[in-house]
Amino acid sequence: MAATTATSMVSGNRVVTVLKDLASRPSGAIGLTLVIFHVALALVSPYIVPFDYKLQNSSLMLTGPDAVHWLGADHLGRDVFSRTLMGGREALLVTGVATPLAVIWGGFIGILFGLVGGRLDEVLMRVVDAFLSLPWILKMLVLIVTFGTGVEVLIPTLAFFYGIPVIRIARAATHDVIARDFVWAAKARGHSRISIIWRELLPNVLDTLMVEGAMRWSWMLLAFSSLSFLGFGVSPPTPDWGLMISDARGFMSFAPWGVIGPVIALSSLIIGINLTADALAKALGIDRAQKAPM
Amino acid sequence: MLMMLIRRIMLGIVTVSLVSLIIFAGVEILPGDACTQYLGEYQADDELLAQCRKDLDLNRPALERFQEWAGGAVTGDLGTAVDGKTKISTIVGDRLKNSLLLAFCAMIVGVPLALLLGVITGLWRDRKPDLIASTLAIFAMTIPEFVSATLLILIFSIWLGWLPGIVLTSASAPASEFFPEILLPVIVLSLVMCAHIMRMVRSSVIEVMESDYVQMATLKGVPYWRMVFSHALPNALLPAINVVALTIAWLLGGVVVIEVVFNYPGLGRLMIDSISDRDLPVVQSIALIVASIYVCVNLAADLLTMLANPKLRTIYTRK
Amino acid sequence: MTTPSFIDVRNLSIGYTSRAGETVKVLRDVSLTINRGESVGLVGESGSGKSTLALAALGYFKRGLRVLDGQIHFDGIDMLDLGRDDIQKIRGGRLALIPQNSGQSLTPTLRIGQQVAEALRLHSELEADEFDHRVVELLTQVRLPDPAALISRYPHELSGGQQQRVAIAMALAGQPDALLLDEPTTGLDVTTQAHILELLRDLASDRNMAMLYVSHDLGAIARVCDRVVVMYAGEIVLQGSARQVLKSPRHPYAHGLLASIPRLSQQSLPVALDGRPPMPGEMINGCAFADRCGIADSTCTASPPPLVPIDTGEHVRCFHPGKISQLPRASKTAARKKPSASGKPDAALVMDDLSITYAKPDFLASLLTSRKDPPATVEGINITIVKGETLGLVGESGSGKSTILKSIAGLISPKTGSIALEGQSPLTAKVEDRPAVNLRQIQLIFQNPDDSLNPRHTVAQILAQPLRLYFRLSGDDLRQRSIELLEKVRLGSHYLERLPSQLSGGEKQRIAVARAFAAEPEIVLCDEVTSALDVSVQAAVLNLLNELKTQQQTTYIFVSHDLAVVKAISDRIAVLYQGRLCEIGPVDAVYKPPFHPYTDVLLGAVLEPDPEKAPKLSADDVVELSPPAQGCPFQRRCPKKIGTICETDTPPAQQMGGGHVINCHIPADDL
Ligand SMILES: Nc1ncnc2c1ncn2[C@@H]1O[C@H](COP(=O)(O)OP(=O)(O)OP(=O)(O)O)[C@@H](O)[C@H]1O
Ligand code: SF4
Ligand code: SF4
Ligand SMILES: [Mg+2]
Repeated sequence: MAATTATSMVSGNRVVTVLKDLASRPSGAIGLTLVIFHVALALVSPYIVPFDYKLQNSSLMLTGPDAVHWLGADHLGRDVFSRTLMGGREALLVTGVATPLAVIWGGFIGILFGLVGGRLDEVLMRVVDAFLSLPWILKMLVLIVTFGTGVEVLIPTLAFFYGIPVIRIARAATHDVIARDFVWAAKARGHSRISIIWRELLPNVLDTLMVEGAMRWSWMLLAFSSLSFLGFGVSPPTPDWGLMISDARGFMSFAPWGVIGPVIALSSLIIGINLTADALAKALGIDRAQKAPM
Repeated sequence: MLMMLIRRIMLGIVTVSLVSLIIFAGVEILPGDACTQYLGEYQADDELLAQCRKDLDLNRPALERFQEWAGGAVTGDLGTAVDGKTKISTIVGDRLKNSLLLAFCAMIVGVPLALLLGVITGLWRDRKPDLIASTLAIFAMTIPEFVSATLLILIFSIWLGWLPGIVLTSASAPASEFFPEILLPVIVLSLVMCAHIMRMVRSSVIEVMESDYVQMATLKGVPYWRMVFSHALPNALLPAINVVALTIAWLLGGVVVIEVVFNYPGLGRLMIDSISDRDLPVVQSIALIVASIYVCVNLAADLLTMLANPKLRTIYTRK
Repeated sequence: MTTPSFIDVRNLSIGYTSRAGETVKVLRDVSLTINRGESVGLVGESGSGKSTLALAALGYFKRGLRVLDGQIHFDGIDMLDLGRDDIQKIRGGRLALIPQNSGQSLTPTLRIGQQVAEALRLHSELEADEFDHRVVELLTQVRLPDPAALISRYPHELSGGQQQRVAIAMALAGQPDALLLDEPTTGLDVTTQAHILELLRDLASDRNMAMLYVSHDLGAIARVCDRVVVMYAGEIVLQGSARQVLKSPRHPYAHGLLASIPRLSQQSLPVALDGRPPMPGEMINGCAFADRCGIADSTCTASPPPLVPIDTGEHVRCFHPGKISQLPRASKTAARKKPSASGKPDAALVMDDLSITYAKPDFLASLLTSRKDPPATVEGINITIVKGETLGLVGESGSGKSTILKSIAGLISPKTGSIALEGQSPLTAKVEDRPAVNLRQIQLIFQNPDDSLNPRHTVAQILAQPLRLYFRLSGDDLRQRSIELLEKVRLGSHYLERLPSQLSGGEKQRIAVARAFAAEPEIVLCDEVTSALDVSVQAAVLNLLNELKTQQQTTYIFVSHDLAVVKAISDRIAVLYQGRLCEIGPVDAVYKPPFHPYTDVLLGAVLEPDPEKAPKLSADDVVELSPPAQGCPFQRRCPKKIGTICETDTPPAQQMGGGHVINCHIPADDL
């Protein structure tokens, strides 16, 4: 394999190679397609939906799918298809901003303390442990209940709590890298700490963080929609899959179309992200199970 | 060995103390206190507020209250709810029992199944059983619990009418009365945890099956299944201990959504209800209990790993 | 078809399907026979397919590999046509493997006794209650100390040499008729290696076994094999008697391989074999060796040479075996130029009473137990290094060689003592506190280039680091200088854009050397810089280092466990045991009697690629984990120990003249 990859890697930079590798794997291709589809949909859905998402029509209440209302109408007589198309916007916005934030702050702290080590690091790890030992939903709900459910609360809250496990990952990855000789070599040459972090450490930790970020994104989406489902997320009438499923559940026995649209939409997005993350890990060569000779 | 034990237990205690500090400080830092939160729109009424603060003893310095609260928690006294009367330990007691019941059932179903599937998919890597199980696992892991719960209710309870879709038993009922209502929640929970554990076991089995010692066992003439059972699995399953522990901790503290969907009277729903009611003392207590369980389970897993892994064991027993 | 030999591999081709869907051949049309009682050595560079061939003899193929063509027979049994159960009866029984890395080949969760007993259960008639007894017998037979206690140990509690012996015991449990050995001594200390080889020799002759001994180490092969097979790029290129092949190799590759081995008997640098073997799957039109061959001509690139018998009895895959004599021979290389010993030598670096310890005070442990600090890892090192000289630092693994280098580089703080550059005040312990000049003056090259080059940096970025840091170069100057450096290590400018993963081991190490020399250092610390490389590549790196030294008057501290390598490149040698100095002096003095008892042991164990030279084994190969608290560091293994004085008193430094010092209680005249 060395011969073929060697030549292919000389031309073109790493991002392109990784993307190509990603797209050449079935899971990566499917995952990437799903993710891109959802992001594109979130961007254009307000302009293409057939009906106004908040338009209530009492004559349509809980009617089944037909040629006009493809997925029928909900308990308030709103078009489920339109609402489904738009139901991921809020989730993608919040998690799309919060995920990078979480990875950046968690990664930063993790790398820093992994590098500094010693007592300070021990103390930090205990604090991280303490935070991790609390159920996520409790931590979030307390903040949300106090400060409200707006985007401006959800983003920092999610970013904060989802950054904490990243600290651990980044720290472990840092420990792996700083034990290697090229870091010793840089130290012996006398490079500054910043330069060592920036040049030696980051490029090697980044792969791990990227895969971690992709995984966190899907978990954050799960959390976000769970919050909506529990009634602590997006406030009505904004369409949101979690909320829609929660609303439609009560009528499930005679109007199951209310849940099916959002269920498929939400699941396909999360599965898409997961498949992409899996394929990314393999493309970057950091998947343990994948370490075969070829 | 003894020293390691002491060290680990001490670390556990430190973590739990930190948790209690974080919980307490968290509540203190949030705007308002338990009473303003509880009374909500009525808080304009100074008298009510004062009465409530007096009931809850909120006028004393925070440090003093923390000492008392933490001290009480150590002896099992969690104080009273925000109404100033109900003992928290009675409210929490039943819920904890129910949560334990749910977790226990899910574990009995999920863990063995996960280990079995993990081993099978690992051994038959990239072949049919693996492809099928791994694909299903991705679905089980990624589809939100409320979605799978909703779908299962739709299918088994509404369309087929085989299982009750919702729990109606009261919180204080004995465990036996939760059957068969508990079955659907158990199925959903086991699905999710099974997927997680299975994926981890699979990659661990694959790694071990490619190790030099497994190759050596084969080349030494050890028959395949004997090699799997005596050389590969003891090594491949070691890391599973920690993953199982994490899952158990999650089962005991984080299954709010499932409890809400199925109306199951466990800790998770109590947590949501208390948060909605702004009953901060109860929230604090639940947080502390769940965190302690998390720490204990992980501690147990670490000790078990240490016992099961000769490398770790011998470091501390031989010199 | 004739009746097959005992082990008979015929026209075997093995390959895999690449991700691009092509079939890539790893072994090409290989035939090999071994008779009962015969021992055959299989040599070749890393990746030449040696292990693949050895495993194939067992009917085993690594995941992804498959047989494309050919047959494999063992004692008349077709190994490719056996069912899973039948083949498992042969493996580990009549045909046993001793793996390369026993540390990783023993199951970590099973006790030694269980693993050996398992082989007995599978391949012997013994009853279960006889196992224990037989296991102890086997462990005794492989000369393991205290076998009865060993059976309840786990693999990780044993040293590398002991693990290797357990693997041998396990193989012997099945009463094998044939042994396959895949680099059984690679990675072990010289003394351990020599002991294990003696054991194998004895076993082979006692039991009249057939042996296939895979190794890249011709010294080991010379010791145990009657016949040698040389592989190159998945093909056999030469086979013949050990004597013929090792004394007068009739294939240019084998010739180059032998010439690239440094020898104790030789004062010169070995001859490098430049270039690298083709990758599996690469298109080869003529002879696979053509682009590295000194006598290649147009016939060689036109068609592949066949493997044919020649008059002296060997089989050779070469069109011109008669022209071998035109190739440079080891002895013809120019001896190294040394700095003149005349005049007053300037000190480049002074280590004054250096002691280093890794032990960290453990708060909890110190509270609960009353254990004393263990003895320091390195202690009492007083060495002055002269400008322009190369000081060789030798010793077995764990002797503290790398620790000393790291301490000089400022990566580990010494416990006591100091390190000073030429006539200056002592260097600060920590690298962070050192002035930039001092940092530039000392450069470090590591053992494993895979680990010392950042996998995410291109060669240009790697070289830019010191150039930017020390000389603030940028833009065209930077590029110009980088290209100069590449030329210095004999690589072209097109390497600038490559990543380390796109370089061969030797090329990587050259980049590491170029990076060190980018700083225009005065002192270069070389930490086992050739031990991760194939011998042919090792010779090239040694030559390069020597060349740079003559150009730039650099001072080297050259650490290695290989006495022949150290001898080839050093002016002065320091022998370390357990972090303490045993002997120091000019090369000629150290490698000639009188010897320090430890030096004597080390030299005795060196294996030369010469079937007539036998090693001399005088001390046991016990592994010591920590140095003794007092007395002589070598007291526990010394074959010449003279009494309790060795355990209580630090041996005196005896001046032997010419700067040669031996630390031993035995009077100089009796050494
Ligand atoms: N499972 C595998 N799949 C594909 N290629 C493989 C596999 N195992 C080995 N190879 C390739 O086959 C070639 C020969 O490998 P082999 O391990 O037999 O070499 P070797 O001579 O024993 O090397 P070393 O001295 O490093 O042990 C190498 O190029 C290697 O990359
Ligand atoms: S055939 Fe030609 S190129 Fe090949 S080894 Fe012989 S002389 Fe060299
Ligand atoms: S001092 Fe004693 S133990 Fe040490 S090398 Fe000399 S004789 Fe041997
Ligand atoms: Mg090999």
